[in-house]
Amino acid sequence: MRINVNGNTHNVDVQDEMPLLWVLRDELGITGPKYGCGIALCGSCTVHVDGHAIRSCSISVKQVEGKSITTIEGLGTPDALHAVQEAWIEHQVAQCGYCQSGQIMAAAAFLMRNANPTDDQIDQAMSANLCRCGTYPRIRAAIKSAASKLN
Amino acid sequence: MMRKAIKIARRTFLLGTVAVSGGLAVGYWNIKDPIENPLLAHLADGEYALTPYVKITQTGVTIITPRAEMGQGVQSTLAALVAEELDVAWDSIKMEHGPESKAYVNTGIYGEVAPIDVTDESDTANTLRWAFGNVLGKLVANVQTTGGSSAIVDGFRKMRLAGAAARIVLLKAGAQSLNIDWKQLKTDNGFVVAKNGTRLSYNELAEVAASIPPPTNPKLKPKSQWKYLGKSMPRLDIVEKSTGTAKFAIDVRLPNMLYATVRTNPQRGAKCGGYNKQKALAVPGVKEVIEVDNGVAVVATNTWYAMRGADALDCKWEMSSYQRSSEAIYEEALNNHEDKPDSVHNLSGDPDSIEGGDSVNVEYRVPYLSHATMEPMGATALLKDGRFDIWVGTQSPTLIRRRSSELTGLDEKNCHVHTLFMGGGFGRRSESDFTDQATKVAMELEGTPVKMTWTREEDIVQDFFRPLSIAKAKIVAKESKGVGLDIKVISSSVMDSKFADRWGMDFPGPDPTLVQPMPDQPYDLDHYRVTGYKSPINLPVGSWRSVGCSQNGFFHESALDELAYLAGEDPLKMRLRLLSHEPSLEVVRAVKDMSGWGRKLPEGHGLGVAFVHSFGVPTAQVFEVSQSKFGIKLEKIWAAVDVGIALDPQNIEAQVTGGIIYGLSAAIMGQITVEDGQVAQSNFHDFEILRLYQTPEIEVKILENQRNISGIGEPGTPPAAPALANAIFAATGQRIRELPMNKFIDFV
Repeated sequence: MRINVNGNTHNVDVQDEMPLLWVLRDELGITGPKYGCGIALCGSCTVHVDGHAIRSCSISVKQVEGKSITTIEGLGTPDALHAVQEAWIEHQVAQCGYCQSGQIMAAAAFLMRNANPTDDQIDQAMSANLCRCGTYPRIRAAIKSAASKLN
Repeated sequence: MMRKAIKIARRTFLLGTVAVSGGLAVGYWNIKDPIENPLLAHLADGEYALTPYVKITQTGVTIITPRAEMGQGVQSTLAALVAEELDVAWDSIKMEHGPESKAYVNTGIYGEVAPIDVTDESDTANTLRWAFGNVLGKLVANVQTTGGSSAIVDGFRKMRLAGAAARIVLLKAGAQSLNIDWKQLKTDNGFVVAKNGTRLSYNELAEVAASIPPPTNPKLKPKSQWKYLGKSMPRLDIVEKSTGTAKFAIDVRLPNMLYATVRTNPQRGAKCGGYNKQKALAVPGVKEVIEVDNGVAVVATNTWYAMRGADALDCKWEMSSYQRSSEAIYEEALNNHEDKPDSVHNLSGDPDSIEGGDSVNVEYRVPYLSHATMEPMGATALLKDGRFDIWVGTQSPTLIRRRSSELTGLDEKNCHVHTLFMGGGFGRRSESDFTDQATKVAMELEGTPVKMTWTREEDIVQDFFRPLSIAKAKIVAKESKGVGLDIKVISSSVMDSKFADRWGMDFPGPDPTLVQPMPDQPYDLDHYRVTGYKSPINLPVGSWRSVGCSQNGFFHESALDELAYLAGEDPLKMRLRLLSHEPSLEVVRAVKDMSGWGRKLPEGHGLGVAFVHSFGVPTAQVFEVSQSKFGIKLEKIWAAVDVGIALDPQNIEAQVTGGIIYGLSAAIMGQITVEDGQVAQSNFHDFEILRLYQTPEIEVKILENQRNISGIGEPGTPPAAPALANAIFAATGQRIRELPMNKFIDFV
């Protein structure tokens, strides 16, 4: 099977039903997307598939064959940050950091569709991503700051 | 006051006077510890270790921050302590957790148990704390650990000394090179600078500097000259953690590595009575099936194959020997706890002999709770050529090393613990159950590195839970004043569960966490008593962010609130009347002002207050809630803390905010229940945590009225549940005495 991740094509030899998350992490060594629950409840594994935020733990590799997959590594890098990542750093959002790849990917996809969100829209869009450290207030602030930068 | 003397008697149980007198003879801590600098064994070519905390390589300065980073920001603040004195540019600093070593023993955590009133900050009290910390920490326990909000207490002086000592040897190296007196030289952001403008980098001076003995008691900068400390510095891990490049234990990759997961009997402590090995091996990608304690590990070429293999095991689980249901465990605790109290704290007066007044008896309950760190438990281990390596996010590297040595039979010096970022800790990662499993798998597959990852389901069920706990309180009001509180806690003992059940040794004396922090609250009630009773251990219990303080804070502050209403006193003003400790009064005054306590509230709104002194930090919180047709809505939270010296205000704010949210998850929706002898919850659909839309604005004020510095990883959590319960009572008249609250009331 051939999949396209962050602009690179990879051949992977796995079972069709293997979730994308485990192809990324264990087959390709792309470890930004994290395992948190395995059943699309926490959002730690969020990646973009053709620009949509998708739970990579709950979509099979077969379903994304031929599609364009972006992980946090493809969104921006320490030397070339995405606007959302800049806002995350500006607001010092991360504590343990484990859920933040998923939070950032969810926020980036959300802002692509709604560049000027209201507080309620932010609350709705981000409430499916769990954070045990309780970084929610700073996530809210960072999204607002990223939105104003993107506008 | 009388209470202090009683507390001393109460707390000396821990080690008695031998430890104290021994401690005073040890002398002051110094850089050149009798323990060898552990970095020396790990240096590459061109690397030099000036103190156990400062390593200089060809590319710059690396600061060793030997406390586990689980989100609390401790490594950045510890690095700032060294960097402040060493004089290096913030953006040039590299951090390493460093090797596990006795050189990095945490003495702060043991200073906490010194027999002193927690509000006493005199020189005498601090000398005793220091003595306890050093004697217990270095001579007795000898553990490198992260917990108890103690890292900053432990590191505040010694890491600055380490930075200052390293700076002096660099100055002396520069002086040798320039052939002048070192006192004529200065430093500037990683350079030694001469009056004529000559600049020598720390890198080029490192080799010579490493040969100069560091001074034992270098002078530290006064607070007025601090450039990093006291300021909000960017976290040193913030770029990694915002780009997916931070390495957690689950991200370790080694050549030829295999992947594993483990299924353990959900009937805790009972054996696996059989499993279908062939069926698991028939799953594509599965390589090995290995028995571990009470369970089975499946090893495969991919974690997902391992998880599917584990699903195919069809394990036959034997039945556990404890109570079958949460209801039975509550019943047992109420009716079958030990007759003799574990500890009695007669804080003042005699609650049994109050004459007259109004008296009410109330009962509170909290359920078991999982930690539910976002990163499930896991570790990568390799046994090869007489050497054992384990890569893990742990709060207790020296414990893991000891366990590795015990299991593999190798000498501790051949067991290496590589501590990585933790995807949350909250006390869960102070345990060694999951590393034992990874070690056993590695022993079976000698020569092959294996990364073991638990499923979320395993992580929720196989926890060491916050104890299910009950409190009975008698409150007494007289002449329109709250005068009496007699509170009894019934709970299984965290220390017994850890020491006796997990480590095979007796915990000496009563378990202070059973009643923690109730006897330490600086309230001057006329009649005041705290009693702890041990109930049998059913599910194994452990340290859960703030240990005893979250459940006992809920009991104590709910009871005080009920007392205020019984007496007809304003709940906040009653606390101001009763608090006898000025910094505690100040945090309550702060939240009074911030929240506009006493203002006219909109219809259906209510304000609730709670105050808890825990881990050295007086913490007050006021919650505003409102009642809507969809349920209770959290409108806003105000919090005030006193950490003595605020080293990084932005990080302190994050910890207080996060601690409150952690406490709110427990207050509103968190519960682990037992059904048919096993945990009924399995994932985030039935063990829910707070979400962004439920989180109100939280405003934090940081005060510095205390003399002693304190850590802040835990103190934010304990007041959250009672402040919410008290606010809900103010808004609705409904008193919620059992958690989680969503059993009794809807939330928006």
